Amino acid sequence: MLGYYLTLALRSFRRNRVLTALMVLTLALGIGACMTTLTVFHVLSGDPIPGKSDRLFHVQLDPEPLATYVPGAEPDSQLTRFDAEALLRDRHATRQVMMTGGGGIIEAEDGAVRPFLESMRYTSADFFAMFDVPFLHGQGWTAQDDAGRGRVAVIGRTLNDKLFGGADSVGRQVRVDGTALRIVGVIDDWLPRPKFYDLNTGRFDGQEHLFLPFSTAIDLKMGTSGSSNCFGGAPTNDSRALNAPCTWIQYWVELEDPAQADAFKAYLANYSAQQKAAGRFERPANVRLRSVMDWLDHRKVVPGDVRLQLWLALGFLLVCLVNTVGLLLAKFLRRGGEIGVRRALGAARRDVFVQAIVESGTVGIAGGLLGLGLAQAGLWAVRQRPTDYAALAHLDGAMLLLTFVLALVTSIAAGLLPAWRSMQIAPALQLKSQ
Amino acid sequence: MHVHPIVSSLRRHRTAALLIVLEIALTCAIVCNALFLIGERIDAVRRPSGIAERELLQIRLSGIGPQTDAGARTREDLAALRAVPGVVGATVTNQLPFYRFSSSNSGVSLTADQAQPTLHAARYHADETTIATLGIRLVAGRDFLPDEYMDVAEVEALDGSEGMRGATIVTASMAERLFPGEQAVGRTVYFGPIPLTIVGIAESLARPSPSDGEGTFSFLLPIRLHYNNGGTYLIRVSDPARRDAVLAAAVAALEAVDPDRLILAHSAYEAIRADYFRNDREMIGLLSTVSIVLLVVTAFGIVGLASFWVQQRTRQIGVRRALGATRAQILRHFQIENFLLTSTGIVLGMALAYALNQLMMGRYELPRLPLAYLPVCTVLLWALGQAAVLWPALRAAAISPAIATRAA
Repeated sequence: MLGYYLTLALRSFRRNRVLTALMVLTLALGIGACMTTLTVFHVLSGDPIPGKSDRLFHVQLDPEPLATYVPGAEPDSQLTRFDAEALLRDRHATRQVMMTGGGGIIEAEDGAVRPFLESMRYTSADFFAMFDVPFLHGQGWTAQDDAGRGRVAVIGRTLNDKLFGGADSVGRQVRVDGTALRIVGVIDDWLPRPKFYDLNTGRFDGQEHLFLPFSTAIDLKMGTSGSSNCFGGAPTNDSRALNAPCTWIQYWVELEDPAQADAFKAYLANYSAQQKAAGRFERPANVRLRSVMDWLDHRKVVPGDVRLQLWLALGFLLVCLVNTVGLLLAKFLRRGGEIGVRRALGAARRDVFVQAIVESGTVGIAGGLLGLGLAQAGLWAVRQRPTDYAALAHLDGAMLLLTFVLALVTSIAAGLLPAWRSMQIAPALQLKSQ
Repeated sequence: MHVHPIVSSLRRHRTAALLIVLEIALTCAIVCNALFLIGERIDAVRRPSGIAERELLQIRLSGIGPQTDAGARTREDLAALRAVPGVVGATVTNQLPFYRFSSSNSGVSLTADQAQPTLHAARYHADETTIATLGIRLVAGRDFLPDEYMDVAEVEALDGSEGMRGATIVTASMAERLFPGEQAVGRTVYFGPIPLTIVGIAESLARPSPSDGEGTFSFLLPIRLHYNNGGTYLIRVSDPARRDAVLAAAVAALEAVDPDRLILAHSAYEAIRADYFRNDREMIGLLSTVSIVLLVVTAFGIVGLASFWVQQRTRQIGVRRALGATRAQILRHFQIENFLLTSTGIVLGMALAYALNQLMMGRYELPRLPLAYLPVCTVLLWALGQAAVLWPALRAAAISPAIATRAA
C-alpha cells in the first residue's frame, strides 16, 4: 500500500509543480538555516578534551582587597604568581599546572629562516601528561627543569617543519628572544578547540607552537600575553613580580574522582584561610573549582551572536513550517473531490490519512535533501568569514542524521493538520457537489 | 464594499485563515526584532572614534633580542617617519579606539582613599605630538606643557608613587560624569594614590573596546612610550587617497633606521576599525538576509492560499459577477480579505514581538524595542500582503460571469 501511496504522491507533485516546488523550497530554506546554525553551535559547544573533561578542574582563589568585596561575587578567573607557585609546591592534586600565554621572536639555529614572532606557552612540567598532548619525538620536560629554570623547550609540529624540515629535532637548539633553548620534545598536531585551558589568548584560533618552563620564561623576562588584573592601591611597575598584587596565571588540576575534588576544594578553602591569617588575603575564603565543561559554560564560550543566530534560525523554521502547513492544506483540500470518490469507493479514513502523511513526508525528504545542500552552502559561507571559529564549521555524522530527523519530523508535523482535515471529508457531500 | 460578507466567507475557511494570521504574526515578531537588532548594530558600527580616522596609519614593531635604548631609537624612528613625503605627523601611543588586540583601562577616583574608583576609563599615553597627530579636538583647557611629559623609562624607574603627581586630559563625557554640570578643568582626580590635575577636555575619544563600559570614558597621560614597550606608531597623512603609498614608504623608512627588527603589523586605521566591527557588519548582513527571505516565504504562503481560495470559489465569483458585481469589486474583496488577515496577524505579531524583545533583553542585555519600529513593520507587512494577494485577486477578477451558468 505504501508503494501505491508513494506513486500517488509523485503523481500529485507532477500535477501541482509550482506549489510542490514552493513547499520543498520553503522547507529546505528552514532546514538549511537551522542546520547551519545548529552545526556552528554544536561545534562551538563541543567537548575539547573528551574522556578527561570531567577530571580536569580550573582553580580560582580570591586575593583581592576587602574594600571592593561583594559577598557571593565571582573571584578573579586567574591566580597571582605567588598563589600559583604555592599551590604548585603543595602538589595536592594528581597533577597540577600553572601557565600563561606569551610570545617571542624565534631564530633558527643556523639562521636559515628569517626571525619571526611566535605564540608560546609558559607552563610547568605536568602540562603534557595532563592534557594528553601527543608527542612525535621526545617528551615534555621534568619538574627538575621547572625548578632549575632549565633552558629547554617543546615545539609543535609546524614549527619543527619550519625550522628543521620535519626531522627529529630533539637535542637541537632554537633561539627564543636571543636565548638558546634545547628542544626536548616535538608534539604532533594538537589543537583543543576551544582552547579551554586559556580562554584569553584566542579561543578558537590561538595555536601555540612553543612551550617552555614558566620559571625559564620569567627568568628571561619574556613577554606575556593574555589578561592581567592588578588590584593593589598603588600602580604596579612589574605586574609579573612574585609579590605583585596581580592575577594573570591560569591554574589547572587533575583529580581522579568527586571525592578527591571535594578534598581539593577543602584544601583551597584552607589555603585561603591560611593566607588570610598571614595577612595576604583579606576576604573570606571564596574559591571555585570547575570542570572543563562547567568552565566553558561559565565563561560563555559560545558567542552571544551564535546563540542569537540559532534562535533566529529556529524562528525562521517555524514560519517555514506554518507556511508549509498552509500550502499542504490548500493542496489536499483542493483535491476534496478526489478524496470523496475514494472514500465513497470504500477507502477508510485511516487510508486517506496515511496517504496524506506519505505525501507530506515525501515533501519533507525532498526538502531535507535540498536543505542539506543549503546547509553545506551555508557552512561554506560561514567558513569564508573572518571569525576565529570559521574554519571549524563542518557537518559531522551526528548533524547529518539530525538533518534528516528534522526534515522528516518537520514535514510530518506539517502534514498532520492537512491530513486530519482531508480525512474528515464526507464522501456523499463531495460527490453531490461535483 | 462591506466588510461583513468578507468576514463571513473567511469563517468558512477558519483553519486556512488562522494559518495565514499565525504566519504573519510570527514573521512580524521576528522581522520587527531583526530590524531593531540591525538598527542597534548600525549604530555601533557608526560610533565616532574622535580621531582623524581616514588620515591615520598604524605600524607596530618588535625588537629582536633585548633593546638597550628603545627610547632613543623611537625618537629616531619618529624623525624618519616625519621625513617621509606625505606625512604630516607621527607619534607613538599605547592603544587606539576600536582596537581588538589590547586595551588598558584604569580606575579614576575623586579622592585618594576611595575604596571603589568613581569610574573606569581607557588610559591613553601621549607624547608631544599625539593630540595633534590623532586629530583629537580640545573643547576646554589646554594641551600638555613641555615639562609635563615623562619618558616611560623614568616612570618605570620610580620607586613607589610617593610624591608623584601629574596632568591629564579627559574626554567631555568622562568630565561630565566626574563633575556633573561643573567646570572640570583645574580639578584634581586620582589614579590610585596619584593626584592628576585635569588640564584639558577632549571633545571625544572612544575606548579601544567600548564594551568595557561607557564607550567614551578615556583619559590621556603625558607619558612618552617607546616602540618596544607596547607602543605603536601612528602616522597622519596629508592625502588619504595616497595612504597605501605612504604606508609602504614609512615601513621602508623604519627598516632603514634599523633592519634588525620585526614589523608586526601595518595598516590604515580604517582597516583596524573595520576589523573591530566585522562581527557587527556580518550580523547586519545575516539579519537582513533572513528578514528578506522570511518576507518572501510569507508572501509565497499568501499567494498559495489565496490562489486556493480563488479556485475554490470560482463558481461563487461567477455568480456574483453575473449578478452585477464589477471586476473591481471582486478584486477589492480579496484585497480587503487580505488586509483583515494581515492586520489581525500584525496585532498578534506586535504582542509576540514585545514578548521576544523581553526575552532578549534578559538574555542579551538589549534595550527595549522602541515603539517606532511597530508602524514600520505594520506598513511593511500590509504592503507585502497586498502585493502577494494581487496576482490571485486579479485572476479572481478575470473570472467570467458565464462560469455561473456552467455546471461545475
